[in-house]
Amino acid sequence: MSKVRVLVGTKKGAFILTADGKRQNWEVSGPHFAGWEMYHLKGSPVDPNRIYASQTSGWFGQIIQRSDDGGKTWNTPGSSPEELKSPDGMMPKGESNKFIYEGEPGKHLWYDGTPHPWEFKRIWHIEPSTTDPDTAFAGAEDAAIFKTTDGGKTWKELPGLRHAKSQLWQPGAGGMAVHTILLDPKNEKRIYVAISAGGCFRTDDGGKTWKPITKGLKSPYELPDPDAEVGHCVHRIALHPSKPDVLFMQKHWDVLRTDNAGEQWTEVSGNLPSDFGFPIDVNFNEPETIYVVPITSDSLHYPPEGKLRVYRSKTGGGEWEGLTKGLPQKDCYVNVLRDAMAVDQLDKCGIYFGTTGGQVYCSPDGGDTWNAIVRDLPAVYSVEVQTLK
Amino acid sequence: MIRVVLPFHLRNLARVDGEVELEVAAPVTISAALDALESRYPTLRGTVRDHGTLKRRPFIRFFACKEDLSLEPPETPLPDEVVSGAEPFLIVGAMAGG
Repeated sequence: MSKVRVLVGTKKGAFILTADGKRQNWEVSGPHFAGWEMYHLKGSPVDPNRIYASQTSGWFGQIIQRSDDGGKTWNTPGSSPEELKSPDGMMPKGESNKFIYEGEPGKHLWYDGTPHPWEFKRIWHIEPSTTDPDTAFAGAEDAAIFKTTDGGKTWKELPGLRHAKSQLWQPGAGGMAVHTILLDPKNEKRIYVAISAGGCFRTDDGGKTWKPITKGLKSPYELPDPDAEVGHCVHRIALHPSKPDVLFMQKHWDVLRTDNAGEQWTEVSGNLPSDFGFPIDVNFNEPETIYVVPITSDSLHYPPEGKLRVYRSKTGGGEWEGLTKGLPQKDCYVNVLRDAMAVDQLDKCGIYFGTTGGQVYCSPDGGDTWNAIVRDLPAVYSVEVQTLK
Repeated sequence: MIRVVLPFHLRNLARVDGEVELEVAAPVTISAALDALESRYPTLRGTVRDHGTLKRRPFIRFFACKEDLSLEPPETPLPDEVVSGAEPFLIVGAMAGG
């Protein structure tokens, strides 16, 4: 029987939630890495026991952790007990947390519009390869993308991204990070990234060169120039693996889609009660069924009217329905962060999201009904789900 | 043999309990002690000092014999009491909210 494993990163540790395919009875494991900010955990699509995790701290910096047994045990890559006792006497290098920008890092715009040097702060997101468990990409703050090909022991920047007009990128209130990395499952040379207050970018050569893909985005209050290629505050992008040229975007304001790999975007906010929000995701069984969580505004980071509602469109945007069954419909003032929504691969598709109030909700039926798996975790930063056969 | 006290989270990361004991060749300076620590526990590289610059991370402090050594140059010798093992070298996470 199928199982699901939900990987939850929170402000004070990581939690792993498991259930069978009915997704009704859950086991909770954690906190793992108690007390640390866990920005993201994600499993390899080709080896589900291989999970990467970003562990970070304002005091001690960035740590990368890896599990090879589905989250039961963890090691910083290169320092497993076996490697520490290596017969040749070589000590592990301890470079799994070494993220150094290539060459002269240069400067981006600071909040006040002055140039500011690039400074590495943390990894927001890890995206394992769709074909090789030892290969993964990491999205950094300050914005950059790094790649490992040795299971996370060492990381190397793909500096071409920062050649895409990065002198004009400027941090938003949450910092300036590569927070989304999408790998085209049909073309391993094609990668999409999104950067808060930087924009959306695509490479077609495996990361050597990148171009902004922002035509059709409108951000009149933040970017008076209607033709600005960079600087749009893209909150999240998502794709369905069967249609990787179709992307959906939750921008600072506006929900949009593209049908040609980002060459042109069209707004599909339709009848949403607010088109401000953070996550967006696609139903695994229905490539035109998408989900967002409307948030009141950029000044009020909680749901409109205190009602936590997921909105679903079965038409790829434009026409939306509010999903409320099992979600609090009064006095709810939590937020749902950009990496805190995920979908499983069962039929019916399970939808999951976590809140800044510490709840993780699951819908085992594509959004029709919802249950809280847990209610009292620390603020949830990220949610991923693995479907285990 | 010098004694080093690590903060809670770094003890967990290095998987050690209590103090750490390290052999450090003379002269026993701040940087020599940190070199020995990172050599013995590679997972701690980058957590006390920045990987690239080897500068102390902003919210890490160094103490020994009731003296704050955080702002002293890396080549500063540690006190004789630390070198002899009578007193520990303390690596401390600075007080900061959160």
